[in-house]
Amino acid sequence: MPDTLTRFIFGRLTLESLPLHEPIVVATFIAVALGGIALLGAITYFKLWTYLWREWFTSVDHKKIGIMYMVLGLVMLLRGFSDAIMMRLQQAIAFNGSEGYLNSHHYDQIFTAHGVIMIFFVAMPFVTGLMNFVVPLQIGARDVSFPFLNNFSFWMTVGGAVLVMASLFVGEFARTGWLAYPPLSGIGYSPDVGVDYYIWALQVAGVGTTLSGINLICTIIKMRAPGMTMMRMPVFTWTSLCTNVLIVASFPVLTAVLAMLSLDRYVGTNFFTNDFGGNPMMYVNLIWIWGHPEVYILILPLFGVFSEVTSTFSGKRLFGYTSMVYATVVITILSYLVWLHHFFTMGSGASVNSFFGITTMIISIPTGAKIFNWLFTMYRGRIRFELPMMWTVAFMLTFTVGGMTGVLLAVPPADFVLHNSLFLIAHFHNVIIGGVLFGLFAGIAYWWPKAFGFRLDPFWGKVSFWCWVVGFWFAFMPLYILGLMGVTRRMRVFDDPSLQIWFVIAAFGAVLIAAGIAAFLVQIFVSIRRREALADPTGDPWDGRTLEWSTSSPPPAYNFAFTPVIRDNDAWWDMKKAGYIRPLSGFRPIHMPSNTGTGIILAGFSVALGFAMIWYIWWLAALSFVCLIATAIGHTFNYHRDFHIPAAEVTQTEAARTTLLAAQG
Amino acid sequence: MKRFGALLLFPLAGLLSGCDLVVLAPAGDVAAQQRDLLVVSTLLMLIIIVPVMALTVFFAWRYRQSNASATYAPDWDHSTKLELVIWAAPLLIIICLGALTWLGTHLLDPYRRIDRIEPGQPVTQDHKPLRVEVVALDWKWLFIYPDYGIASVNELAAPVNQPIDFRITSSAVMNSFYIPALAGQIYAMPAMETKLHAVINREGTYSGFSANYSGAGFSGMRFAFHGLSDEAFEQWVAQTRTASAKLDRDSYLDLEKPSENEPVRHYASVDPDLYGAILNLCVERGKMCMNEMMSIDAKGGLGLAGVRNTLPLQYDKLARRGAVFGNDPSYVASICTAEEAAAVARASRDAWPTYWPAKNLSPLRGAGMLRPGTDSRSAEADMPPLGLLRREL
Repeated sequence: MPDTLTRFIFGRLTLESLPLHEPIVVATFIAVALGGIALLGAITYFKLWTYLWREWFTSVDHKKIGIMYMVLGLVMLLRGFSDAIMMRLQQAIAFNGSEGYLNSHHYDQIFTAHGVIMIFFVAMPFVTGLMNFVVPLQIGARDVSFPFLNNFSFWMTVGGAVLVMASLFVGEFARTGWLAYPPLSGIGYSPDVGVDYYIWALQVAGVGTTLSGINLICTIIKMRAPGMTMMRMPVFTWTSLCTNVLIVASFPVLTAVLAMLSLDRYVGTNFFTNDFGGNPMMYVNLIWIWGHPEVYILILPLFGVFSEVTSTFSGKRLFGYTSMVYATVVITILSYLVWLHHFFTMGSGASVNSFFGITTMIISIPTGAKIFNWLFTMYRGRIRFELPMMWTVAFMLTFTVGGMTGVLLAVPPADFVLHNSLFLIAHFHNVIIGGVLFGLFAGIAYWWPKAFGFRLDPFWGKVSFWCWVVGFWFAFMPLYILGLMGVTRRMRVFDDPSLQIWFVIAAFGAVLIAAGIAAFLVQIFVSIRRREALADPTGDPWDGRTLEWSTSSPPPAYNFAFTPVIRDNDAWWDMKKAGYIRPLSGFRPIHMPSNTGTGIILAGFSVALGFAMIWYIWWLAALSFVCLIATAIGHTFNYHRDFHIPAAEVTQTEAARTTLLAAQG
Repeated sequence: MKRFGALLLFPLAGLLSGCDLVVLAPAGDVAAQQRDLLVVSTLLMLIIIVPVMALTVFFAWRYRQSNASATYAPDWDHSTKLELVIWAAPLLIIICLGALTWLGTHLLDPYRRIDRIEPGQPVTQDHKPLRVEVVALDWKWLFIYPDYGIASVNELAAPVNQPIDFRITSSAVMNSFYIPALAGQIYAMPAMETKLHAVINREGTYSGFSANYSGAGFSGMRFAFHGLSDEAFEQWVAQTRTASAKLDRDSYLDLEKPSENEPVRHYASVDPDLYGAILNLCVERGKMCMNEMMSIDAKGGLGLAGVRNTLPLQYDKLARRGAVFGNDPSYVASICTAEEAAAVARASRDAWPTYWPAKNLSPLRGAGMLRPGTDSRSAEADMPPLGLLRREL
């Protein structure tokens, strides 16, 4: 009887689910717990809870939400990178009969978690955060279309991250690879909670991503300042628009395919089983119909960043704006026509394989055009090699190599010999690190002064830059070579001793990258300490071209006291050249959305629901689901959704800036 | 300084010469052709990649802020001619690469029978292909030689310069069958069959493995592939025949249970219907084969009786627990005996072709155009199809 009761209360969660017998996990847990306690203690000691809750957690301000996304991305980067360095270490030592220091139970979770975290909880939050912060400022808007939804989206993404992190200490994560192909991820071969953690983490975070996509599309379509036609939008806004179109069109596919996998696992349907008419190949197709657009979701906004950076730091208009826009749109459309290149080896006919191979190659045409456009933006410019521009040049040199190996993998017969090899791993890290991550660092260095009012320290930025770039080449060039030696991915131990040297070199590269990450953290710390010296009171530290540089740094809650009127691309450049004079009077009350805690509460219930479903705690699942619905309905009766910033306050804020600007001379 | 830079490359060259880049130097003709395509594509792309990288460095240096002598044109943002070049240059490369891809993909389709042993040596009637049935198990490889009635685990042997005809499936989860020295990989999937045609040209022992992660024992799922001379191969077959173990349904079910780092095993005889039963998920007696089920369904199905025709599953590889809200794991009961089902399967399975058509290796022409040396369309029609735009016979 007590047994039935415990089973009812805790589902399949037992004391054995806590990995108390795993020294590595216990040590990690103790470190995380101590760090967490220290953090919470500090927040309590400095009485920051109310401040955090009022000013940040419940905030609907797109700028603050954007910054919170970046913080989430950074925290998860540390987790994802720890996984990476553990893998590199294992592969560097598991030779000559040595089993390394990780058994397959651990190692298989680590590479799965690394992929899932890096894509869903590092790259996605970074990209979404950047878009959230920058897009409304670039189009002269005061916030996004649906500010509450924005806050809710963010907390759902955090909810997914919380579930992934929970799997480290309660139970285990999936041991299936980051896309959880069935039948391996089916209940027959993965009966434990790992795949359920995977499913619910992605489903919870997926709600956030999809809603945030809808939100940004509406914002870009409906909230542009007067005069900003589509073809006068900054390129970053264009790439953000395309990215969000991709999100809205592809994430439902992921949701559906994961829902079908959950049905297989929970109620015994046979969508993807071997038997009873199930078809695992359907899962592979569906997940890549989401998965391929996903990689363009990640890279397109960074193409936008590079466009802004190149043009700003070359002191020149962007070369070929129109072709840049069309290239982006073409990439958006084509990204839906190439998914099969992820599994040429599944035995489709030659004609099908050639079709998808050739469509993949066609994507390299607009991408190539973009590279040329950046190149000719630099041509006859006056290039200032500040950090963002350094990242951009490093990107152009690194990404072209990744693009080339990508096209190579799109040739089906070549893919037959390189598929799933370390060559493939090297290729996609080449484009994701060389493209997405370099772009993020460029974007962070570029917009940091806008967000906080002071620049990032250039010295530590350069240390981080060189560690990252050199570390990247050391870490992944050996993987290209290993791929050509026929070494496949996700291996835990090796027979052939001649491979070891390459893994050691790769591990050395990973250590350099670790130094790069550390230098980045130091850079942030040092910059905060030296914020007076690095301050930028003008709001336009780089001699910028787009609207975000026209307002103060950090921008006031309302972004723009008066909505600007746009006459040309590079609106702020045009305004500066036309002798724009800041209005100093005539301010009116500004209508703004109110903060609300509903988003964080809803996400909290979603995490509880996910956790209950993972552990078969049915009463908690039912309860949290009811609470979720009740809170959502309850929120519709909240009539305190907006307020006006009084004209006097606006006048005061603007006057303060006038004084600041005057002090600059 | 530059000279020292060049010196730094020496250890790298030393490292590279010390390692076996098997993908770039394979021992099988198919893998060699795939390598050629890889190299040609890379060179084609370098035509555009190298100038782009060089220009990036050059422009970054030339137009640096401190270089006041460089032209500065802040408002120059368009040039129709330049844009034409920007779009046309990658387009041209991709047209070439696309054509190469279309041809290469069809000629190197793993389902297509090979038509040459090595350059200049076409496959003739004398080349009798070696048939191998491959089953990916958790976590080892089973190779069945239907022509010889023998089988082996984690060891594959084939005579050199003789076409090999693989049929590949899996018992539980997805794997990928890959011998880098021989030919490209292809997935091994449960209840499905994939095919691979290849030839090994040099004697030697090569490594083969699964190239698709398949669970805990994945790293140890490796096998040795022996390319042997005809005599050595006959010897290997004879030796295998002396093994004491026999592979029938019961011993297969034993073998199929998950195990890691399996040693090599030989089986002196194999149940000829075993591979078909594995493929159709009906090795356990009493289970309905998938092809049997499909043929019943094709004829209209069993109606309501078919829904109830299930029995509780006793054994399912990983002692599966079943979905928490689902039915208990069950299987569809066969309505004929295993022997009857096997007989049906044998009849319905697409027969392995008994002849090996000679291929016309003369240069390809456009669709409908005559080949050099053929004087009429009827002569062309007698030729076996090249298989370029059609499925194989």
